[in-house]
Amino acid sequence: MNLEQKEYTKLVEKHSGKSNVFVNCLRAFLVGGIICVIAQIYNDILPFSEEVNKVHTTVFMVFLGALLTALNVYDNIGKFAGAGSIVPITGFANSIVSPAMEFRSEGRIMGVGAQMFVVAGPVLVYGISSTVLVGLIYFLLTR
Amino acid sequence: MAQKVGNQTFVLDRKVYWKEGVCIVGPKEKEGPLGKYFDQKENEDFGEDTWEKAEARFVEATYAKLLAKSQINENMVDCIFAGDLLNQCIATGNGLKKNGRPYFGLYGACSTMAESLILASLLIDGGGVNNAVCLTSSNFASAEKQFRFPMELGNQRAPDAQWTVTGAGACLLSSNNPEESCPVIVSVTPGKMVDYEVKDVNNMGAAMAPAAAFTIQAHLSDLNLSPDYYDMIVTGDLGITGKKLCMEVLKKNGLDIDMKDCGEMIFDPEKQGTCAGGSGCACSAVVLNGYILRKLREAAINKVLFVATGALMSPVSTKQGESIIGIAHAVSIQNM
Repeated sequence: MNLEQKEYTKLVEKHSGKSNVFVNCLRAFLVGGIICVIAQIYNDILPFSEEVNKVHTTVFMVFLGALLTALNVYDNIGKFAGAGSIVPITGFANSIVSPAMEFRSEGRIMGVGAQMFVVAGPVLVYGISSTVLVGLIYFLLTR
Repeated sequence: MAQKVGNQTFVLDRKVYWKEGVCIVGPKEKEGPLGKYFDQKENEDFGEDTWEKAEARFVEATYAKLLAKSQINENMVDCIFAGDLLNQCIATGNGLKKNGRPYFGLYGACSTMAESLILASLLIDGGGVNNAVCLTSSNFASAEKQFRFPMELGNQRAPDAQWTVTGAGACLLSSNNPEESCPVIVSVTPGKMVDYEVKDVNNMGAAMAPAAAFTIQAHLSDLNLSPDYYDMIVTGDLGITGKKLCMEVLKKNGLDIDMKDCGEMIFDPEKQGTCAGGSGCACSAVVLNGYILRKLREAAINKVLFVATGALMSPVSTKQGESIIGIAHAVSIQNM
């Protein structure tokens, strides 16, 4: 039996399935857009000042993402929408609530507590770190 | 005693009878193209509160069903060869802990069914062991949890990704001459590990395909057989992508084989959204003990080469950048 590494790598590339980028983009645009429209409508009907409305809307969308995850709906939206439902803040809520649900069977401390950020953790670590870094640069340049 | 023939094949001396086979599957498998060949359907959670317990229940229920169906006294089981995909084979352990029979826990990833058949049939052939049970299980949810992402995370599957089969399959191998004729294990070819630098965990078929091709080629050349000797050469869970790759590799080496794959047969990818097909320890186990056993008993086919395939990796090895090792074991099952 004879099979060269290079030859096989080429074969794998040839036979591997390709995602349909156009359809995926279209679905992501549609669903992501709908999520944003819901947030905008909610924001517009709130009676408070612009700043307060923004905070309320963010909280509402996080709640919505968490609720739909708990009702076993968000994963189905995600299957269809891909990035369209991952990128908005509802997706962030989904990435925290879904491991919390999954690891509940391993206890409140080592399960929910320790595993809750297994998906969202990197976003928090690098998100917060980069804001601190950028903030520091901004502070130094503007003082 | 078994005779070693060629490089890695053992031809059995005594007749090792495949006396009975049972399988219990989840709802998706029951709805699939082979649904009617499976003995029983249970929900993925099997009424339990954790996925791991659910898988253990599949194991327990399958073992009980095997004993009932083959009408054998529990104490006549000399040993059990079993395994699953979870760390330290906890589903198998918890599922079988109450039965009090000697137990060998195996890990061959999705190749475990063939691995258990090989070890059990060699032991029976050597004498001493008369009845051995081979059992493997997997569960979609517990496998997702261990190897991928939480169930409720809203992500998409890659086109070459495979869907872990929920269920368990088991069979009883025996040296005792049965009353009615039943299939016999004739020879076995344990496979070697093969690494072709495939690192994509969403394309395990590609990692396993060369291993399957190597084992099939080794079996045929050791025994000096041509592929058409067998009515069916069936791989475990290469899936649609892996099967294409395996056939192409074999073809490049002069073996034009129209093979089948349990992972490809068990689901309808269009209707069931299973991408490249089924996988998991249960995939080849339920197809073997459901569909293939039935076809052999009906004499629709008489000679089968069963080649279960496994991807030897863990989330740790993947994160550390290691490639996926492929393995495939072959078992020749024939009507006598």
